[in-house]
Amino acid sequence: MATILDVENLKTYFKTEYGLVKAADGVSFRINEGEIVGLVGESGCGKSVSILSVMQLIQAPGKIVDGKITFDGQDLRQYKSNSSEMRSIRGSKMTMIFQEPMTSLNPVLTIARQLTETLELHLQMDRQASRERAIELLRMVGVPDAPSRVDDYPHQFSGGMRQRVMIAMALSCNPKIIFADEPTTAVDVTTQAQLLELMKDLVTEHHTSLVIVTHNLGVVARYAQRIYVMYSGRIIESGLSEDIFEQPRHPYTIGLLNSVPKLGERHGARKLIPIEGLPPNLINMPPTCAFLPRCTCKVDKCLTEPWPELRLVNGQHYVSCYADIKGK
Amino acid sequence: MDDKNNNTMVEVKDLKMYFPIVRGLFRRKIGDIKAVDEISFKIKKNETLGLVGESGCGKTTTGRCVLRLYNPSSGSIIFNGKDISTMHENKLKTLRRNMGAIFQDPFGSLNPRQTAGSIVGDPLKVHNITAGKDLRDKVADLFRLVGLDPSMMDRVPHEFSGGQRQRIGVARALACSPSLVICDEPISALDVSIQAQIINLLEELQEKLGLTYLFIAHDLAVVQHISDRVAVMYLGRIMEITSSSELYENPLHPYTKALLSAIPIPDPKAERTRQRIVLKGEVPSPVMPPAGCHFHPRCQMAIPECSKERPPLRDVGNEHFVACIRV
Repeated sequence: MATILDVENLKTYFKTEYGLVKAADGVSFRINEGEIVGLVGESGCGKSVSILSVMQLIQAPGKIVDGKITFDGQDLRQYKSNSSEMRSIRGSKMTMIFQEPMTSLNPVLTIARQLTETLELHLQMDRQASRERAIELLRMVGVPDAPSRVDDYPHQFSGGMRQRVMIAMALSCNPKIIFADEPTTAVDVTTQAQLLELMKDLVTEHHTSLVIVTHNLGVVARYAQRIYVMYSGRIIESGLSEDIFEQPRHPYTIGLLNSVPKLGERHGARKLIPIEGLPPNLINMPPTCAFLPRCTCKVDKCLTEPWPELRLVNGQHYVSCYADIKGK
Repeated sequence: MDDKNNNTMVEVKDLKMYFPIVRGLFRRKIGDIKAVDEISFKIKKNETLGLVGESGCGKTTTGRCVLRLYNPSSGSIIFNGKDISTMHENKLKTLRRNMGAIFQDPFGSLNPRQTAGSIVGDPLKVHNITAGKDLRDKVADLFRLVGLDPSMMDRVPHEFSGGQRQRIGVARALACSPSLVICDEPISALDVSIQAQIINLLEELQEKLGLTYLFIAHDLAVVQHISDRVAVMYLGRIMEITSSSELYENPLHPYTKALLSAIPIPDPKAERTRQRIVLKGEVPSPVMPPAGCHFHPRCQMAIPECSKERPPLRDVGNEHFVACIRV
């Protein structure tokens, strides 16, 4: 499989009055064509920042200070954020589905207007053609009665339907890659199931790559082929989804898996094992492993050595930890 | 549901909570939002009853009715042997001492201008339980009880993390030593790694203080973990109510089955072989709910009879109650 997106050693820093926030600190990942990849981590771990950096949507005081972003053979960092090259990629070859479908749709424009805008801009369609395509897109994402609903405003749609519109918008120009940033966090479980199935079917059909950014390990288990786990601005473990779930190697990944109740466990059968402590404050981080204060498997080396590099443990499974631990 | 009545802490009978929809200059009533539509359940002493359902199904309204924060449209709520559904405000105040509430949003439910200590101490002052110097000692005890350092009493909420803030909320709920605590989505606003800390805290406190919980949440996996029994709500009605292990092993209502199958499991192998029931369409509006069984338009097992009459919640044995004629 050919690589569509290759991010190497991405560093995005935010200069604040309290100090330097290293939101993404040497993040590397690779997305293949037609692949579904999960990017997992808690809030503030830098997963959204990494995605926004790739799309060059980081705003001041944030700045991409280092790294290489290769998308579809092009080096994206040579383009300025608002350059015409970048704008022709964003929204067309590389699109995004945001978490909050209410705030990411414009409340004063009809769905038709919002869907046709990208089509007219990127594909130079005329008004009639783009409207027909918009209706077709809505039908594709399962909005009932698409020809009449296309003239509705976002507030006339329910949360799940709005997210379907977002999916339609992301798919409108046949993108090579779609980033879905917590696409189902704001909706109910039954709607979540509908949306995830829909996204999976659509990207498989169109041979598009999909990156699902989420904090919910369950969401990625069913769909993602590979998973990256992030913690405080770095990727701490990556691998095939079977590896991550069955043989997690990083204490944080193991902790995450043990701290969520599993469906079907008898009531009272198991006490949850929480990860003690809090996620670190990203300002002026110590050079040692950021998970160290919460870690239960630390070895002597952890206290003195800098943050461990990702090392290969088997096949495609990488982990950034000095302690050699296996399983759950 | 049980033989001895004195074992029951809360009994809700045919509870209805309708919110009027008003229009125009004269505030004419044009309809009702049927948030809770004739539901009945019991909570035994020292038990956790989980209440699950999608947003808008009436689970929070039910919780608020039990606290008598709403005046129910009809039905009765019997708390410790007394009907509180029509009780006068004066009497309610003393009764509310025995009830605590933990809310979803640890950011919105704490006054940003009050110190943590005074937030936790407020219920004690309002109910004239403790005052003066004793108050500070009592608040310090409460802080220790929920795993917070009493030296943080003089800080204001924004200085705490989300998990710590939720602990303050728990301490406030427990200030008057209540017997019943309504937990309304207490963990959904927290980070994944913090959620387990709060779940464990709630379980420990229940054991230590003999609390009874009404645990409201949309996450069935969490509810199943913490609850002895679970009630599944859909559009203002209870669809199924049974013990939490029975609910998972032997779900009977088609809605419960769909809900269970929609929950993602963090295990790729199990996920790939698992049958998923993806519900068609969306939850109908509670203003004009479908006739008969509220779930029938989305149900795979629906037959014409389903749209005629409301299926009663009937006992199928083993303390398992289900509202479906097709079971």
